[in-house]
Amino acid sequence: MTMTAHALPAVANATPLPLAEVPDWSFTAFRAAVLDELAAGNFLSAFFGVPDGPDAIRFYAVVTRPDVGTIGVAATRVTDSFASLTPDAPQAHWFEREIAEQWAVVPVGHPWLKPIRFHPSYREGHDAWRRPSDHIHPGVTDFFRAEGSEAHEVAVGPVHAGIIEPGHFRFQCHGEEVLHLEIALGYQHRGIERRLVNGPDKRTIVYMETLAGDTTIAHTTAYCQAVEALAGLTPPPRAHALRGVALELERLANHTGDLGALAGDVGFLPTASYCGRLRGDFLNTTAELCGSRFGRGLVRPGGVAFDADPPRAARMAERVAVAIRDLNGAHLLWNSVTVQARFEGTGVVSQRAALEVGLVGPAARACGVERDVRYDFPTGIWQYTHIPVAVLQTGDVFARAYLRALEIERSAAFVSSQLANLPEGPIRRPCELRLAPDSLVVSLVEGWRGEVCHVALTNADGRFSAYKVVDPSFHNWFGLTLALRNQQISDFPLCNKSFNLSYCGHDL
Amino acid sequence: MLSVLAERLRQKHRTIEYPLAPPVLPDRLRGLPIVDASRCPSGCQACAEACPTDAIRLDPAGPVIDLGKCLFCTECTTACPQEAIAYTTDHRLAVRRRDDLLRRGDAYRLAEKLDAKALRLFGRSLKLRQVSAGGCNGCEADVNVLNTVVFDLGRFGIQFVASPRHADGLLITGPVTKNMVLALEKSHEAVPAPKIVIAVGACAISGGPFAGHAEQSNGADDVLPVDLYIPGCPPHPLTILDGLLRLLDKLPEPSIP
Repeated sequence: MTMTAHALPAVANATPLPLAEVPDWSFTAFRAAVLDELAAGNFLSAFFGVPDGPDAIRFYAVVTRPDVGTIGVAATRVTDSFASLTPDAPQAHWFEREIAEQWAVVPVGHPWLKPIRFHPSYREGHDAWRRPSDHIHPGVTDFFRAEGSEAHEVAVGPVHAGIIEPGHFRFQCHGEEVLHLEIALGYQHRGIERRLVNGPDKRTIVYMETLAGDTTIAHTTAYCQAVEALAGLTPPPRAHALRGVALELERLANHTGDLGALAGDVGFLPTASYCGRLRGDFLNTTAELCGSRFGRGLVRPGGVAFDADPPRAARMAERVAVAIRDLNGAHLLWNSVTVQARFEGTGVVSQRAALEVGLVGPAARACGVERDVRYDFPTGIWQYTHIPVAVLQTGDVFARAYLRALEIERSAAFVSSQLANLPEGPIRRPCELRLAPDSLVVSLVEGWRGEVCHVALTNADGRFSAYKVVDPSFHNWFGLTLALRNQQISDFPLCNKSFNLSYCGHDL
Repeated sequence: MLSVLAERLRQKHRTIEYPLAPPVLPDRLRGLPIVDASRCPSGCQACAEACPTDAIRLDPAGPVIDLGKCLFCTECTTACPQEAIAYTTDHRLAVRRRDDLLRRGDAYRLAEKLDAKALRLFGRSLKLRQVSAGGCNGCEADVNVLNTVVFDLGRFGIQFVASPRHADGLLITGPVTKNMVLALEKSHEAVPAPKIVIAVGACAISGGPFAGHAEQSNGADDVLPVDLYIPGCPPHPLTILDGLLRLLDKLPEPSIP
């Protein structure tokens, strides 16, 4: 690592930092320091703007360092434009598009500067593309085009064939081969981030539960960690354990569903059928705890709202044990030659590409990138217990599928052992949520799709002056684009399922 | 091949008995709430103030809960000093008219079946096109689950199809984001008449947590006429199934709880 005169300060996950201690550098120094960090193998977990007076935007960069378990934060002030980081650090590309769209400041030199959500900028009368605000429509932009007598274009969505969220996919093809896939999102944009400003209020927690509804536990835990840190509050050990159980049940349900969907996409119906049912068994285990299959109402600031007394914990453990036994039916997948022929070598993302674009979660771990918040930045129950991190090397559909199978096994073992040994004591500390003023906190949680990153900034009154949400899908949609390069277009559904990304988590 | 067959035998028959037998539901399920206004201290507003979506209105006769806005969370039950509001595990929530979602005391009018002509057309075969328009993937997931062997939606003659042109109606989730209005309208136009529209979840009925945001439409009936409202956040799969079966008059008589 080349050391510069500037180094980003090191804070731990979910540990508040007074805003006065966030380095406020010239843009040149900020850019150099962030690029140095990323060149050293660290990750850009968040990069966003907040208003700073009528004509300027303050940028915050959040760099995570898995090797040492610390988080670096830096800030700078920008007016109309800035020198894009993307040419030197591709990880920044989607963040800079978001910054341009939200704040109408232009990253000069960005190789592919386009909107990502298709909404008017938050600075009225300003637009990075100089569009009038009534001329902004979803999917209306320049798309990459392949020209040639045998080149053709396939457009899909926003409404898709299945029961699935909307998004638009544009394929540039030569025959059956995909030269490039461009993904246009924003159809799910509900305007949540702007409504989080001046919180927390009575709606804040339900926004967190619905940022991405299949990731309710990870997002609400990230939020609770953030406000608990700002309020100087530590949840009781029993709450940590129950949050951990709920987080892993969320992973178990979604990974199981994904294995079933992948099997269905290659026409292997036994596994598709069994996993469809077993996914529900994991959701029902969460409902056994809190009444909601998605964990709505469970995670609350100060702890959790529902307890599992010994008979209930035993019933939950039994449900998981039975489901895991039946999941052996899913493993027929690995012994079927026809399935393996479709999985292996399909949708390959190289480790280098995964690192360059900053993939997270199973999509990254399937490419040999050892990155897992539970292990690298432990909070809550993860300070006391570890789940071995699963890593595979091939970066193809097979790796993304098999990685889920490995994680299912390990999460189930964790859930069983926690439910058998829940710490004694209360499940929630009373809290009034008086947040430290003029502070910043970064809160990371390993959701089932990967790193969930929340960044809360408070004003002098201890209210949110900004609240940034980075869903794992924000990092990973471009991974799907890379996976489709030179693939058969008929393999798109399979590649897509192998990522199974969130539209609403991205669009917010 | 033999191992596949052996596993098939081991996995057994897994379709639930419902609707011929009562459904199995979690004991902590937050289903139809009951309101006991006689417990309300005079002037108390605690439930209405705590509600994140302002679903509770205080009438002279007591609290009225708009189940179209209700997220079935625990804020009101926790805030109430007298336990005047409580959830039951009754999963039956679907109604035909928006006003029927107002829960006062014990009164609640569940969905009626389609009229005779519509029932003749759709009663034995209903094809639906699902459109997510800002849904968080909660409602979508619990609609999708009806296709699994557990619920086996096909046994009721109901099927989700890939094209609106093959459909008899739309099932909408999400608050209808502004960025999805045009796609939703086009999908609806593409469904051949006569057609029905089903709104699933608090978002599709009222905007849910996003009600009032400029980026959305406060639900589907701002854009299209709705024939069936299924409340919840998200509704339990059996709540959705109950609504569909009521509409098609497929629940056994007398209706089991």
